[in-house]
Amino acid sequence: MQLIVNGQIHAVDAPADMPLLWVLRDIIGLTGTKFGCGKALCGACTVHLEGEAIRSCITPASAVAGKHITTIEGLTAAGDHPVQRAWTELDVVQCGYCQSGQIMSAAALLRRTPRPSDADIDNAMSGNVCRCGTYQRIRAAIHRAADLAEVKS
Amino acid sequence: MNARLDDIPLDPGRRRFLRGSAAGSAGLIIAFSVPLVGRRALAAAAPDAALPPPNAFLHIAPDDRVTVVLAHSEMGQGIWTSLPMLLAEELECDWSQVRAEHAPAAPVYASPMFHIQMTGGSTTTMSEFDRYREVGALARTQLVAAAARRFGVAPAACRIERGVVIAGEQRARFGELAAAAAQLPLPTAAVALKPRRDWTLIGKPTPRLDTPAKITGRAAFGLDARPAGVRVALVARAPVFGAKLRHFDAGAARKLPGVDAVVEVPTGVAVIGAHFWAAKTGRDALKLDWDLGPGAHFDSAAELAQYRKLARTPGSPAAMRGEAARALATAKSPIAAEYSVPYLAHATMEPLNCTVELGADHCRVTTGTQFQTVDQASAARILGFKPEQVEIVTAFLGGGFGRRANPASDFVSEAVQVAKAARAAGHTAPVKVVWTREDDMHGGWYRPQFVHRMRAALGSDGLPVAFADCIVGQSIMAGTPFGAGMIRNGIDPVSVEGVVGSPYLEATPAYAVELHSPTAPVPVLWWRSVGNTHTAFAMESFIDELAHAARRDPLEYRRALLGKAGARRHLAVLERAADLFGWTKPLPAGHARGLAVHASFGSYVAQVAEVSLANGKPRVHRVACAVDCGIAVNPETIRAQMEGAIAFGLTAALYGAITLKDGRVQQDNFDTYPPLRMDAMPRIEVAIIDSGEKPGGIGEPGTPPIAPAVANALFALTGKRLRDLPFRLV
Repeated sequence: MQLIVNGQIHAVDAPADMPLLWVLRDIIGLTGTKFGCGKALCGACTVHLEGEAIRSCITPASAVAGKHITTIEGLTAAGDHPVQRAWTELDVVQCGYCQSGQIMSAAALLRRTPRPSDADIDNAMSGNVCRCGTYQRIRAAIHRAADLAEVKS
Repeated sequence: MNARLDDIPLDPGRRRFLRGSAAGSAGLIIAFSVPLVGRRALAAAAPDAALPPPNAFLHIAPDDRVTVVLAHSEMGQGIWTSLPMLLAEELECDWSQVRAEHAPAAPVYASPMFHIQMTGGSTTTMSEFDRYREVGALARTQLVAAAARRFGVAPAACRIERGVVIAGEQRARFGELAAAAAQLPLPTAAVALKPRRDWTLIGKPTPRLDTPAKITGRAAFGLDARPAGVRVALVARAPVFGAKLRHFDAGAARKLPGVDAVVEVPTGVAVIGAHFWAAKTGRDALKLDWDLGPGAHFDSAAELAQYRKLARTPGSPAAMRGEAARALATAKSPIAAEYSVPYLAHATMEPLNCTVELGADHCRVTTGTQFQTVDQASAARILGFKPEQVEIVTAFLGGGFGRRANPASDFVSEAVQVAKAARAAGHTAPVKVVWTREDDMHGGWYRPQFVHRMRAALGSDGLPVAFADCIVGQSIMAGTPFGAGMIRNGIDPVSVEGVVGSPYLEATPAYAVELHSPTAPVPVLWWRSVGNTHTAFAMESFIDELAHAARRDPLEYRRALLGKAGARRHLAVLERAADLFGWTKPLPAGHARGLAVHASFGSYVAQVAEVSLANGKPRVHRVACAVDCGIAVNPETIRAQMEGAIAFGLTAALYGAITLKDGRVQQDNFDTYPPLRMDAMPRIEVAIIDSGEKPGGIGEPGTPPIAPAVANALFALTGKRLRDLPFRLV
């Protein structure tokens, strides 16, 4: 099958039921997308499919062949997406393991909803677990990212 | 397999290293230009060396880049930034040039407190506060000496500005001086450290150095290890603790595409494949026959009932004063309450994993570990190697919370066994053992179940005249490398920490604390804040019950007790948290407040929680938190740790329980073991009290007070005491 990941085409030989997560990590070698639960319960594996957040751990790679997939590595070339800049300003990360998924979910939220309310953030982000408990900073950073994105545009 | 103390190389003597002696100093300089590979080799050679290797903690490259080598593991708690801050405070380098990296496993990196290389007990900052500053000061002295020679002036004529040594018109960068500085003899006297008033980094909120890697997917966690040719293994483990494998049939598994090998290891059967999915599909196809053994009869609810009975029988005395038993027996209306907490899994975001590259006489282990020395010794013993033949590469830890400090090296030992068995079967490729979330949750090493039975008699002023606590729960320390040194007269101090040593006992004329430490076929382990997870819940809930019985305000009651005990730092955080919250201000209808204060790991934390009920379930809206951790090295990290510790403790208080029935763990994943999520996160405000005392811990002390603060708030709201965690209102 052919996967388009971060704008690059990869010809991949993988079982049809193999989740996208493991194709990204173990075959293509993009390890920024994380394994947390394998059942779409934690959001650590979040990537974008045509700009929308999906859980790659339960998405068979064969189902997304030929579509545009973006991983944390491809969100920006320089790590300067408004969400990433806000994460830096607010010192969000702790262990960092869930943060690829958090950032991808937040970026997808802001694309749909440039000025999210707290309720919007709860809705969009409650599927992303952080055992370090960085939620308060994530919430503040999403609001901040909305400001940063506005200034830019 | 347990690590034994005699397997563990001990700290060869850090004072000698830091101060040096004229004779030994040639090899001691914190040299500045040996590349990483050379440093690993030097470190590996250390066990037999009389003195520690050079370059252990600091590397200054010709381009001025300063690399600080961390003797402890970064698992979110922020030492990737705070240890370099300590060193750079003295070095006076340009902070923007500072990088950090994890140390290899070597005796020189042994914790000054525990004498093995490890991260735990919230000890990193307190144990390294001197050593990392001294290394920085030593290096600065050498750099200035090298500059003085080059300039032809006395060292005293030189000053430093952000990594540049200046004397008059002459200037030299650290990077230009490093090679020459490395050739100079070490100072023979102690190097003076800066007085506190001159600190420019310590105490300044400093952004984390690991952020850029962690927001771009570049940070390498253990699970991200991909040495050339790496294969992935999943292990089918016993369904019940203590079960033995009778027989297995791997015929179907072996035929699957991508499956390379199936090997038996002491913990079960490993399926090795080209990638996770092949190994998982292969594992699913195994046919396994287990002799379940006596563990199949274990039931955690029955154990809890047994603990409640035990709590009514005399235990081993842990602390006592006066005639508490008599005072309680003769009291007119003694107050009694029983508290329980269940088993808890750590559930780190990154499931357990370990990658092993095994050669004929060398083994490289890449994993996120809190226990390098123990893991190295365990791997060496399995392989028949010397410890220095085992290289430990510490990756970023996707959460630790104690789970990655395993005295049996469970996840490392097993991965080494898999690599060893694979190699014996002719498969020499590196192997990465990955645990699924279910494997991780079923894997044991839980926070033990505990029961406290507390009793008190109150005097005419409402304050306790006698107090008793009978504590029941498995010992964590028994059987660990620390057990022999810590368990005295049958008392594991971490089973009673937080009750023993409580200022409330100090304020009570007679008290008796007793302990039962039954054994069970469920392996247990330290879990963020260890014994304080249950002692603070029981003690701070009970004090609240006493305040209510005495018809006194919970804040004022604690104030009276803590004042009587002279617990100045407890009082200060309590008052600060109450102020921050606005203890006396009216709350919205249907809301209530509760508080708790607890000291652990050398730090003092008070929290006030505001709660309501939503659809019959507790909802925590806001938490005001005050912390006194002594010198606050990085205030930003301290705030973040308080926020995170509260979320961690709330997860346990609201939802957390591992239960076993017929020996099987009944929780599997985040659906049945729910974590706190964004929509339940309270607003948290943190005040840091600058007490100027020596540094305390910060990773754990924020967790203990939140469960009792919320329980006390729920009592204020509903009149119902919630004495069992997690909270169940119906």
